[in-house]
Amino acid sequence: MTIIWILIGIAVLGLLLAGVALAGRRGAVEAPKAPPKAGPAAPPPPVVEAPPEPWPGVEIPEAPPVGIPETPPVAEAPRWRDRLSRARQSFGANLTGIFNRGSLTEEDWEDIEALLLQADVGVVATQRMIADLRERSKKETDPEAVVQTLHAELVAILGDGDRSLARNEGGLTIWLVTGVNGTGKTTTIGKLAGRLAREGKSVVLAAADTFRAAADAQLETWASRSGAEVVKHAAGADPAAVAFDGVRAAKARGSDFLIVDTAGRLHTKTSLMEELAKIRRVVEREAGPPHEVLLVLDATTGQNGIAQARAFTEAAGVTGIALTKLDGTAKGGIVIACQQELGLPVKLVGLGEGIEDLAPFDPHAFVDALLD
Amino acid sequence: MVRMFDTLSERLESAFKRLRGRGKLTEDQVNEALKEVRTALLEADVHLNVVREFISRVRERAVGQEVLKSLSPAQQVVKIVHEELVGILGGSAKPLSFSPKPPTVVMIAGLQGSGKTTAAGKLAGWLKRKGKRPILVACDLQRPAAVQQLVLLGEQVGVPVVTRDGMSPVEVAAAGVEEAIRTNRDVVIVDTAGRLHVDEELMQEAADIKRRINPLETLFVADSMTGQDAATVAAAFLERVDFTGTVLTKLDGDARGGAALSIAHISGRPLKFISDGEKLDAFEPFHPDRLASRILGMGDVMTLIEKAEEVYEEEQARELEEKLRTAKFTFDDFLDQMRQIKKMGSLKNLLGLVPGVGAQLRGMEIDENQMTRTEAIICSMTRQERGEPALIKGSRRDRIARGSGTTTSEVNSLLKQFDQARKMMRAMAGGGGMPSMPHGAVKQEQRPKSSAEKRKPRPKPHRPNKKKKKRR
Repeated sequence: MTIIWILIGIAVLGLLLAGVALAGRRGAVEAPKAPPKAGPAAPPPPVVEAPPEPWPGVEIPEAPPVGIPETPPVAEAPRWRDRLSRARQSFGANLTGIFNRGSLTEEDWEDIEALLLQADVGVVATQRMIADLRERSKKETDPEAVVQTLHAELVAILGDGDRSLARNEGGLTIWLVTGVNGTGKTTTIGKLAGRLAREGKSVVLAAADTFRAAADAQLETWASRSGAEVVKHAAGADPAAVAFDGVRAAKARGSDFLIVDTAGRLHTKTSLMEELAKIRRVVEREAGPPHEVLLVLDATTGQNGIAQARAFTEAAGVTGIALTKLDGTAKGGIVIACQQELGLPVKLVGLGEGIEDLAPFDPHAFVDALLD
Repeated sequence: MVRMFDTLSERLESAFKRLRGRGKLTEDQVNEALKEVRTALLEADVHLNVVREFISRVRERAVGQEVLKSLSPAQQVVKIVHEELVGILGGSAKPLSFSPKPPTVVMIAGLQGSGKTTAAGKLAGWLKRKGKRPILVACDLQRPAAVQQLVLLGEQVGVPVVTRDGMSPVEVAAAGVEEAIRTNRDVVIVDTAGRLHVDEELMQEAADIKRRINPLETLFVADSMTGQDAATVAAAFLERVDFTGTVLTKLDGDARGGAALSIAHISGRPLKFISDGEKLDAFEPFHPDRLASRILGMGDVMTLIEKAEEVYEEEQARELEEKLRTAKFTFDDFLDQMRQIKKMGSLKNLLGLVPGVGAQLRGMEIDENQMTRTEAIICSMTRQERGEPALIKGSRRDRIARGSGTTTSEVNSLLKQFDQARKMMRAMAGGGGMPSMPHGAVKQEQRPKSSAEKRKPRPKPHRPNKKKKKRR
């Protein structure tokens, strides 16, 4: 019995301290705001390394064995379908199998539900979709028509809007790239830089991941593949200061693009999310709001993806999702919930480790691949 | 809206509201409950097929079972579910094995971005703290700067790292083992490149590395945020590299970690370690019941009780109870308690263990320095003031702020919070009723609920009526 009271004590103490801490933090945050526009005090001179020297002892695979096909970017859509087809059988084949049996029994509906669930669409979204589909297909006897209804439904959820990355024509375009650890932020940036380089644009990359060991070296390797410049600080430096220097450097050089890489952070870490918000604020103050804030989401992510998207949107105003690692067997169904609940569109998909393996998101291809 | 923080036990309670007072669990009751279990597991990212098998096992066990005296039907089902989960997660749990003839070779494998390199560094640090002499081998030649990352991690934990230029990963791995023998190291940790399980070429390479160095342990590193795909990936890695255990990473997020259940179920291999923080020492052996509670959205009361028992004398605890109950809680008591709790570990971790509260505060970061500052404020009060906080008015507040090196507003907010906390305690004590118990793991104990719920009295835990039972 006594133990309960200790538990309550801990809870009370926790709430108390949390309350005090929050109050304290609010005060602390507001105080330094007083001297406005001071800028990160005396920023250290930007270290701009043009083509970076490879790190000693690091072997940089010039051409990774997993094919970087020499195909031009034009062929992207078909390539995507091709890549997806690896993973396609399970979902699509099963679904057509079900519907081809003729009239739909309870079991069939359960199977459809199962397929959506296995694609990480999520319990709530799946149930909503199934209920809707059942309602609409009440009088429907033609299985093909039901498939088409589901297809249309999924495409409609994902929306058919413009998914190109916003640019500032004639000026400096800034993209901020965020996400939890290990989703492929740096790789995605490397690929983006490669694409822009092929368009003949000049690109500056700001290595604002000052936390993970050798993150800047990873970015530099990617930069060397595309000829982009990298702005970096020493490990452990304030990432907002790196972003600041990135903006300065990009402006001074008259570059077309600045892409800011950030450290992977779990969305539950308040202080790290505040750090991210600060990076955004600094960029915004120096050059206006970033034109795109991308959330890099791993296609294998399950239901936690929603929580990630929500937290990153709150902290940094995410404008779109880059769905990576779609070349495996994961379906990335969580993006359906992200679109439904948060209105976040997928803008890019990552399909491999090569510099060319990045494609614009095409909802029709995505749903086709799922339902085939 | 997704009901994100609903715990399974809360859901089951509501599903069972109308069904109290039965002696045995009927099939209908169980089926109703299992629907909720299914949803909870799916939302925790457990693979659908695993969920189905799991559910049928629980159904078999639950139908017809006597409802224990102290439990409601819902709690009874949660208890069975919890036990089954622990069974799958830890039935065959074994610590890392060491070869009788060193060096012990440990190979790390997994998908890209699951956290292999960090896990390798953390494992090396953990082994070193255990008195081993580990060495790291950097075989990830795929990702740019992965070798550099491992070298830096090695420096941070004080473990040497073997790197080789111009060799294939298989050759580097072999060279690493040779280096370990030459330098008399007893554990070799071989970090490999992340690879997609459908990438034939790279999976073959992993199999080749394994064949060449013949590791005693092959650890599959999995991200706790993985969804349904975890099962497919685990099956593929099991087939090609036959891993011996799993390391679950990024558990410091708020993912429920159902992927672990899928992996354990599909592979039959135990979970060996969890990695749950940015710091290099956030790495520890796996506890099945902790994760089981997490998947079900319950706190980990047992660990908390253990910790509390370590630092609280029984007499002390009784005194505290009396004070909390009568709401005669002063700043002196608060200070005492704060110091006791400090001994139990970080407040954030402790809170995470409290059911209900954990979910609410998980996202909140509590500055541990705040505790020190709060302590300073209280220490700057006179004895009289500590007993009667109402005395503390304007000038006293200024004096306390000056004395503790804080600001008046901090003193104010502490006083305000303290007052609210006292009110809350009074409400709880006055309400008489205590929150109902969480699940079978906590025998006869009751749990605090989130702050909002604390205010209202809760119904007493249900005890089936013996007379009724006879009548039926």
